[in-house]
Amino acid sequence: MHLRDRLARIDIHGAPYFFIAPFFILFGIFGAFPLVYTLWVSLHDWSLLGGNEGWVGLENYSELLADGYFWNSLLNTFAIFLIATIPQLIAALALAQVLNSSLRALTFWRIGVIIPCATSVAAVGIIFTMMFARDFGVVNWLIGLVGVEPIAWNQERLPSWIAIATMVDWRWTGYNALILLAALQAVPKDLYESARLDGASAARQFWSITIPMLRPTLMFVVTVSTIGGIQLFTEPLLFNPGANSITGGDTRQFQTSAMYVVEQAFTGQRFGYAATIAWILFVVIVVVSLVNSLLVRRIRSVD
Amino acid sequence: MTTPLTTSVALPELVDEPDEPPHRRRGRSRLHRASPLTYLTLTFVLIASVAPLYYMVVMASRPNSDITSNPPPITPGGELRDNVTRVFDNPDVVFAQALLNSLLVSLVATITVVTLSALAGFAFAKLRFRGKNVYLLAVIGTMMVPVQLGLVPLYMLMGWVGLAGSLWSAVLPFLVTGFGVFFMRQYIIQAIPDELIEAARVDGASTFRIFAQIIFPALRPAVAVLGLLTFMERWNDFMWPYLTLSPENPTVQVALSRLSGGYYTDQALVMAGTLLATVPLVLVFVLFGRRIVGGIMEGGVKA
Repeated sequence: MHLRDRLARIDIHGAPYFFIAPFFILFGIFGAFPLVYTLWVSLHDWSLLGGNEGWVGLENYSELLADGYFWNSLLNTFAIFLIATIPQLIAALALAQVLNSSLRALTFWRIGVIIPCATSVAAVGIIFTMMFARDFGVVNWLIGLVGVEPIAWNQERLPSWIAIATMVDWRWTGYNALILLAALQAVPKDLYESARLDGASAARQFWSITIPMLRPTLMFVVTVSTIGGIQLFTEPLLFNPGANSITGGDTRQFQTSAMYVVEQAFTGQRFGYAATIAWILFVVIVVVSLVNSLLVRRIRSVD
Repeated sequence: MTTPLTTSVALPELVDEPDEPPHRRRGRSRLHRASPLTYLTLTFVLIASVAPLYYMVVMASRPNSDITSNPPPITPGGELRDNVTRVFDNPDVVFAQALLNSLLVSLVATITVVTLSALAGFAFAKLRFRGKNVYLLAVIGTMMVPVQLGLVPLYMLMGWVGLAGSLWSAVLPFLVTGFGVFFMRQYIIQAIPDELIEAARVDGASTFRIFAQIIFPALRPAVAVLGLLTFMERWNDFMWPYLTLSPENPTVQVALSRLSGGYYTDQALVMAGTLLATVPLVLVFVLFGRRIVGGIMEGGVKA
């Protein structure tokens, strides 16, 4: 065989791996390795400054189970996640339906809907924290117009959850609406046509055609919202400006689990324990995603 | 073999949609017509989208004394220039450097994500190799992995390689994304005809030469969209830069959090800083909104 032919063979067989290698190497080092190594660190007494101070087995885990602050953070995380996600999905679905009509200035409306995505989470946190301020915030002023007493949004539990969920929804509803809109447009129109001929009502068409056809996309949206929601960090951090922002309020009323990871790692300097919380959160995300996929799969049986 | 492999092919536009009522277009004939109620709903959504940003402009252009007044100011004032000057003159937050840092971090990540995604996307779209489907599934799987939870080992890793606190530590974890690879694959499949690659092979071009001289130049629309989305994501990123960068060398989002943390009483200053961090991206949105909308809708359907 000529050298050139041999080189060409190597090229044909080797090049694909050479092309995909950078992705896998970089993701492996900076994505997969840290996540897996988290499990290893969680089995040690490991401090920010002192490094690895010895194997402790599952001690961090038993400590975690008895840690009231951890359960508090998990409660806050899930409460904010649910308060944010359920209305957001309904609103995004409705908005997608509205955007799926024959509009003038189509692009204008679509851009308008996702303008909030251009705003960083930090900016969202800062702007909304000011809007929700007790004494001079615009939200309390507005509800005052209809006779509601001012609310101390960042003092009490439920109001703080609602305020933070509002920040999440403001930034993401339009984005999810666009993704659902793209899926709506892919639904074959003759499905609706024949349903209409069969005399199906608009509501019936929605539940029997639209929702089942949107199933994969709903699944995608719910999964992404779950992964983001359970790692919620920036909005609650900035909702409590000042030196103790990482505790999420005076009584930890809105400290999320991601904030608790960071608090233990950097304020408490306990890398081992922080890794334990992070690893448990990872497991929680996997479990919730599986439950989500089961729930979304059931949608098919609606019709 | 030495002939330059510059081939120009008419490629379908990735995202551009004519900005006309869709009922004039093929395949959309049975969309329900937009009623005045539709426009009313959309107008309401648009106001909700823009209101917090408008509030930011109002607050950033007022003196502090106005911000605590009741009722709150609802029109912009004349202090914007003054407040912006104070942001840049603030000795505790190096704001100009923060803007430059954000630009650097975002640009580097954008360039590597786009080129490495094109490279891997090309392999997945057009090359044959053993295990391709498994590798592709792995790429898609990486999109579902909450890599942020690996923050403790990632922080340790940056220390081991002596990059703790440097701008590199903020960039390295984001040099590739699974989304980028998948996005490029989808585009290359539909935009690049196989015959083009076959012809180049017959001419004796190596696989890398085909990529560099035929494929990559033909990807301009996809490069634009992926580049915009990546730049926005990196510019707006908060959690990891907040953990890894020192207050003396922050990105703009980290600088914002320091502003709002340290100067809670100087609201006008905080808002002016937020405005400065937000305006560049809102401008990008207004200029390239159509492409961004298209990119989000493409990515969502396929993922």
